[in-house]
Amino acid sequence: MKKIGELVAERAFFLSAVASSSITIGILVFMVFMGLPLIREGGGYHLLLKSWSPYQGSFGIYPMIVGTAAISFLSLAVAFPVSLGCSFLIATIAPKPVSRGLRRIIELMTGIPTVIYGFVGIFLVVPLVREWFQSGSGMCVFTAALVLGIMISPTMTLFFSDSFDRIPRSYLDAADALGASHVQKLLYVMLPAAKKGMLNGVILALGRAVGDTLIALMLAGNAVRVPASVLEPARTLTAHIALVIAADYESPEFRSIFACGVVLYLFTMAVTFLVRYISYAEDRKP
Amino acid sequence: MRKFSLIQLVLVVAVSLAAYAPAFAGSLDVFKGESGVLKISGGTAHIPVMKDVAKKIMVINPDIQISIAGGGSGVGIKQVGEGLVDIGNSGRIATEEEISRYQLNLYKWAIDGVAPVVHPNNPVKALTKTQMIDIFSGKLDNWKMLGGADRKINVYTRDEASGTRAVFWKKGLDKAQMTTGAHVVVSNGAMKSAIAQDPYGVGYVSVGHIDASVAPVALDGVVPTIESVQDGSFKIARGLYSNTKGEPHGLTKKFIDFLYTTDGKKIIEQRGFIPVR
Repeated sequence: MKKIGELVAERAFFLSAVASSSITIGILVFMVFMGLPLIREGGGYHLLLKSWSPYQGSFGIYPMIVGTAAISFLSLAVAFPVSLGCSFLIATIAPKPVSRGLRRIIELMTGIPTVIYGFVGIFLVVPLVREWFQSGSGMCVFTAALVLGIMISPTMTLFFSDSFDRIPRSYLDAADALGASHVQKLLYVMLPAAKKGMLNGVILALGRAVGDTLIALMLAGNAVRVPASVLEPARTLTAHIALVIAADYESPEFRSIFACGVVLYLFTMAVTFLVRYISYAEDRKP
Repeated sequence: MRKFSLIQLVLVVAVSLAAYAPAFAGSLDVFKGESGVLKISGGTAHIPVMKDVAKKIMVINPDIQISIAGGGSGVGIKQVGEGLVDIGNSGRIATEEEISRYQLNLYKWAIDGVAPVVHPNNPVKALTKTQMIDIFSGKLDNWKMLGGADRKINVYTRDEASGTRAVFWKKGLDKAQMTTGAHVVVSNGAMKSAIAQDPYGVGYVSVGHIDASVAPVALDGVVPTIESVQDGSFKIARGLYSNTKGEPHGLTKKFIDFLYTTDGKKIIEQRGFIPVR
């Protein structure tokens, strides 16, 4: 009896795994299929490396690719030190009650909808950036990356502090016994031991940053030009899809957003594979 | 005694009915006894009028539910054509192709101007058309050249599905290529709040949306107002349309008909548009 139950459960789990992975692949196939006519017509080259001016019949998404990369990596650069500091505080320095309280607050932060971050960003960060730098409108790569960085840092912090918590107690005790300072303990014991878990946190946060639509749409200014500096407006692929989806279904503009989807998909996939590879290579080191 | 009070009651009812009669009478009468849901989407210039009319109808008759969404003219036409909404608004005339593909019926109920706007603190409140084209095409990029502060001009524009953008580009910019550095916002409301926030910004909104938070810019000496749009001296104007798929009927027809009644025209005027005769 028990054996049958086990067999059924095994099959059910296997099927659900197959289903969810085939949905992931199915989405990619669908987007490639929908984007194929345009890729064939204009060539992938035009699509990926030309600029966007639909009235001139040019549907390149190059500026959006640059915008996405700039905003997401910059936001990672904002979020990483913040998250590292927070998680180190929670895991090591702060006394138990404080660190527990901090953790609760950060858990709460992960649940705040992005639109609220965007909303606060518009009324708080945009005017500040405009007046600090005395240039532009304040809706720019920098503002979007700053707010996006704050948005993704709670997720990252939780991942980091979880991987710090998994470090064997004996390592930390050894460091303490040798009279290591907090910083030395972080640099020479905790970071190397928690590297893999932290990489996972970074991938997940980067995925959120690349996939986020609302903050970029509200704060980055959406200009269709490759930004010359971080104080210039830019448009991300996701914001571009949101803006163009309103156009006519039959138009080439509309069809080009499937190409954006494919690029976005491959972009996240490439980053994930890269980071996985790094952690794999790390494991194989003697 | 009892009879008397009954008569009194009848009298009171009659008097109060007479007193309420004007509120019931008139253009909204047709909505009595109706019930159902009416979905509207599309042009964001139309929204203030749509909201006022919907409120009037729903107060009279709580059985009617009217939902109003934005999205821009392109979305309005697309959604009504696909049967997702009952009325799709557009701030531009639907193209021949759209009309034939979706069998659209067009109802033009107002004329609206599209005016360039700046922050109220901006000293530059008048431009020539050439200057405006230079600004929006990126050739002129500092307020100093126009007598303002020594700051970069932040150009704001609308997305490609916007009817307001289509009209401004055609009649205001003579189809000049707009700078790719322009910020893009998604509705008339969003444009208004963007300009109200940015002292160095310039954009364009439907004249009906202009209030104290933004300042209209006179173009070649003509200040964009209802009057100057009406007498034709302000040239950047367009019709506001409500589109239906095929012949409208029931609630949809009554709603559109209401826009052409005296009460409907009054609302249209109050919202800063010129009702169609």
